[in-house]
Amino acid sequence: MIKAELIEKLKAIITPYVQDEVAFKNLTEDTDFIKDLKINSANLVDVILDIEDEFDIRLDNQDMEQMLTVKSAMDIVTAKLNG
Amino acid sequence: MTTTEIISYLPYTAPFLFVDGIDAVDATGITGHYTFNADSYFYKGHFKNRPVTPGVILTECMAQIGLVCLGIYLLKDGLKEGLEPQLALTAHQMDFYLPVLPNEKVTVVAEKEVFRFHKLKCNVKLYNAKNELVCRGKIAGMLKL
Repeated sequence: MIKAELIEKLKAIITPYVQDEVAFKNLTEDTDFIKDLKINSANLVDVILDIEDEFDIRLDNQDMEQMLTVKSAMDIVTAKLNG
Repeated sequence: MTTTEIISYLPYTAPFLFVDGIDAVDATGITGHYTFNADSYFYKGHFKNRPVTPGVILTECMAQIGLVCLGIYLLKDGLKEGLEPQLALTAHQMDFYLPVLPNEKVTVVAEKEVFRFHKLKCNVKLYNAKNELVCRGKIAGMLKL
């Protein structure tokens, strides 16, 4: 999957949970889900579950702990898809 | 874990405990009941001269049985005396169909949808004594020891 396509899919998944709309508009690979987008921990679980459904992958506790930014999410999803 | 033990771990007390008993529980869901005493404080104001159980109180009853009691059961292996589970309601969506009047007994039936990464999501229904559906919806919360 090309990078731009992956980012668009992730953006669609996180949209309902974003509290900081401005940070979302200016989203980059370095954007932090919790610090920048103000997604809370309960909704971060929803993001993880939605990512699993969208890409048909299974994420574990370690993935959850590492998945803090757009870039880390892209890396983890890409690794799972290629794994 | 017995149903009495589950209730003993609940962090609520009167006038905000809305669980009388648990009828059945396993890893997939729970059934419990509560009777709304006519002397409950909220009937004095909801509504003036016409007491009806507030929807938020029905939702609370459903959350205490369907989410918290079930959650305590699911966490049972890690529970110890004096250790209270940490919990927070994070989302709910509810549809209401019938009123619940003072002294009515209700039964709450909850099915676990997902319990992962400390988040428990349940589909919950509440029935009156005639077994009519009073309200139903989804409740989610974070739950850990």
